[in-house]
Amino acid sequence: MLSVSGLKRPGLKPITFTLNAGECFTISGPSGSGKSLLLRALADLDPNEGDLTLDGRPRETFSGPEWREQVIFFAAEPGWWADHIGEHFDDFHQAHPYLNRLGLPEECKDWSVSRTSTGERQRLALIRGLIKKPKVLLLDEPTSALDAEMTTAVENLIDERRSEGAAIIWVTHDTHQADRMGSRRFTIISGNFSETVE
Amino acid sequence: MNYVTLTYWDLVFTSLLVLLNAGISFAFRLDIGGKLLIAAARAVVQLLLMGLVLKTLFSLSSPLWTGLAALFMVLFAGREIMARQKRKLSGIWAYGLGTATMMMASIFVTCVALATVAPTPWYDPRYALPLLGMIIGNTMTGISLGLHNLIETLSRDKSSVEAQLALGATKWAAMLPTIRNALTTAFMPIINSMSAAGLVLIPGMMTGQILAGADPMDAVKYQILIMFLIAGGVALGSLSAVLGGVFRLTDSRHRLRLDRLEPISKSQ
Repeated sequence: MLSVSGLKRPGLKPITFTLNAGECFTISGPSGSGKSLLLRALADLDPNEGDLTLDGRPRETFSGPEWREQVIFFAAEPGWWADHIGEHFDDFHQAHPYLNRLGLPEECKDWSVSRTSTGERQRLALIRGLIKKPKVLLLDEPTSALDAEMTTAVENLIDERRSEGAAIIWVTHDTHQADRMGSRRFTIISGNFSETVE
Repeated sequence: MNYVTLTYWDLVFTSLLVLLNAGISFAFRLDIGGKLLIAAARAVVQLLLMGLVLKTLFSLSSPLWTGLAALFMVLFAGREIMARQKRKLSGIWAYGLGTATMMMASIFVTCVALATVAPTPWYDPRYALPLLGMIIGNTMTGISLGLHNLIETLSRDKSSVEAQLALGATKWAAMLPTIRNALTTAFMPIINSMSAAGLVLIPGMMTGQILAGADPMDAVKYQILIMFLIAGGVALGSLSAVLGGVFRLTDSRHRLRLDRLEPISKSQ
């Protein structure tokens, strides 16, 4: 689904891999080793070079926004551009099926962003992206601010998406999470990307 | 003309007020007495020089020299725009964007003004230079406020702009609130001064014309004209500067490119 060949950007050695539909790659490594830089380059949010294709179609044939609608980057600290949660959704009804599963009430539509907790924002940002039905999900520590129960809920939700044919890249510090979620596991250490071999 | 000509002794006499002020701040150790005296001395020297330059330019009434004076004013104002930015665009853009947009806006609006007032000859420096000066002064403020606000907001709210881009928004959709905010800031001074004109303040130019013996209604007409010109110059200049800034700080792949700002200097 997502094929990456010779991806280069400052802070990373060239990277090549193929991520198929229904696969989940996990990436771990020390802070500042380049995990977020890789996700940002894959989403084309920072200047980078390399041959990337999505379902065989080269990235250059997509506009930036078209590419990023299909390959969504979920930042570790998601940004918010309006005062209330509901304003960040085209149609908040689309969020309803997810809210309950992630322990959020429907009234959160009217919550003010500044009064939500880090964990609530993390889950809401996940929903905000999931309803766009991206083909590739680039998750940057999506459960870092969640308790065990909500971590499981998020893992199940993402796994469901994976089994429906989405491709996932999941950055995590938690080796147990990497074991649970990863169909293949990778590390980045000082910009070197490599597969973890047992 | 029927106005009272001032002698230099009149100025010496009124300068006692400045000295009095400086004396008070020295007495209370306010630390600004020195600055006040230097500023007053600068004003005297700069204005006397300007008087000499204008006198020469008026007597020459040459398109070449008038044009050179105009160019000098524009380039100097461009430097001022750059100096007012806390974080600058990198490279030639730091000076170029503000200067180019201000030059475009102020020269265009001055031409509109000269076409309206229609002095003979049309480049008569007695009209062209003061009009250009007033337009430049205000356009410069608008552009520096607009650019400053744009850059500050983008540096502060990077994550909220990128959150929209990451979900597939175009750069224009993601930047619209920022653009709106920057333009509101840029337009605020001229909107305020138009709203307050005639109620709170008698604008400086009108005061001058009235002192010089003009009919108050004639002075009012000039003042309204100049305010419209300024509004036009500010709008045109800050709109093109802010859009130019957005153009430079994003790219064709709709990414936010804050790497095109000068790095934050550590000395600040």
